[in-house]
Amino acid sequence: MAERLEAKHKGGTLVSRKIEYGEASDPVEVCFERGWSDGLPVTPPTDERVLAMLKGTRRRADEVIGKIPPYLGTCTVEKAAINAVLAGCKPEYMPVLLAALEAALEPVFTLHGVLATTYFSSPIIIVNGPIARAIGMNSGINALGQGNRANATIGRALNLIVQNVGGGRPGEADRSTLGAPSKFTLCFAEDESDPEWEPLSVARGLPRGASAVTLFQGHGPEAIVDQKSRTAEGLTRSFALSLNKMGHTNLVQSARAIVVLSPEHYAIYREAGWDRKRIERALYEATIRPGREIVAGAGGVGEGVPANRADEMIPKFHDDGLMVVRAGGPAGLFSAILPGWLAGRHKLELQPVTKEVKT
Amino acid sequence: MTNWMRDPTAETSAVKRPRRAPPKSLEGKTIGLFDIGKTRTPEFLDQVEKRFHEKGLKTKRFGKPTNAKVATPENLQKVASEVDLVLIGLSD
Repeated sequence: MAERLEAKHKGGTLVSRKIEYGEASDPVEVCFERGWSDGLPVTPPTDERVLAMLKGTRRRADEVIGKIPPYLGTCTVEKAAINAVLAGCKPEYMPVLLAALEAALEPVFTLHGVLATTYFSSPIIIVNGPIARAIGMNSGINALGQGNRANATIGRALNLIVQNVGGGRPGEADRSTLGAPSKFTLCFAEDESDPEWEPLSVARGLPRGASAVTLFQGHGPEAIVDQKSRTAEGLTRSFALSLNKMGHTNLVQSARAIVVLSPEHYAIYREAGWDRKRIERALYEATIRPGREIVAGAGGVGEGVPANRADEMIPKFHDDGLMVVRAGGPAGLFSAILPGWLAGRHKLELQPVTKEVKT
Repeated sequence: MTNWMRDPTAETSAVKRPRRAPPKSLEGKTIGLFDIGKTRTPEFLDQVEKRFHEKGLKTKRFGKPTNAKVATPENLQKVASEVDLVLIGLSD
């Protein structure tokens, strides 16, 4: 009732144009007809809901966050809130969504390319710090899957902003050959339950205890199964086999990757005393292969590196191309790869972006 | 009774701009060949350019350094000011 009264008296503070519909119309269907959906039903953005959403942030509704690719529509906090309503967010998710949006708009994130590419990629959001726990995000069982409202709707809201404010629609500016389910949403929290583990946000330069989002251009997940390795060295070599398959076994230095390390696999590294840096470095080194094995034409396969690299030892990734994130349920010797966008032929061409979450 | 929702889009004009009509003939036109920065695009455009030259048409090459980033307004303005039409070369 309070929201209804506020909408009646304060609805006038909203400046986005009103889209009217008749009493006999189903508002969810109106949203579909208007093209505001990603294919799943959305929550109609009524004045009550938008005003409630705006209470989730201290930022002014008319503050401009930036211009959204591909068509550079201007996104205010109010527009972000309207799309957050569509996506099903709760107001307390707004700070995370706004930080994710700002990260996505950093030039090194290359959001236009991520949207327009024929590849599978879209923004992946990893959340660190107290905000993840405060809004009930999932970093445990099924962290990359369905079922948690914050995980599901924050990622969805970001993609809806690109679609609705930026105009990035599949089949138009979005030219993905096959797409990926992760283009609906792929947002999760890192498991920070082990105080000895350096959280992703800390590895990327923020202080411990700060809430943060890290955005990565990718898709997934792809499974890594290893139920038999029991040493850190063996597990690393095993992971490298899966990492080298990413995209194509013979493709190198063309994409970054996230390794989502499950608790049972992490326990093997922890037992051996390996920290984040050592795991990431060891994985990078384990993916270095003789060029002759992956040159174009080897084994009758056309894809591969140029023949003049046959005598080189070639790493799969650039030296900063791997990020490890801890997540997952307590049982299962399964980890995952989130492959990056296949546009990173130059190390600095596109990069993940980390932003602190502020209220 | 009429209800309403708030528009989640950028509220840009819904009026469709008509496409520019294609030229009736290429005779006397200068054709821009634009490399978007993907691997092997130059080889593809070399072949296209050869075919245009065989027909006696003038060409001019343009490009951007990487397909990961959009062309800058300056780059696009240069193309628009120097040629009559442009062929954008995708390749893989």
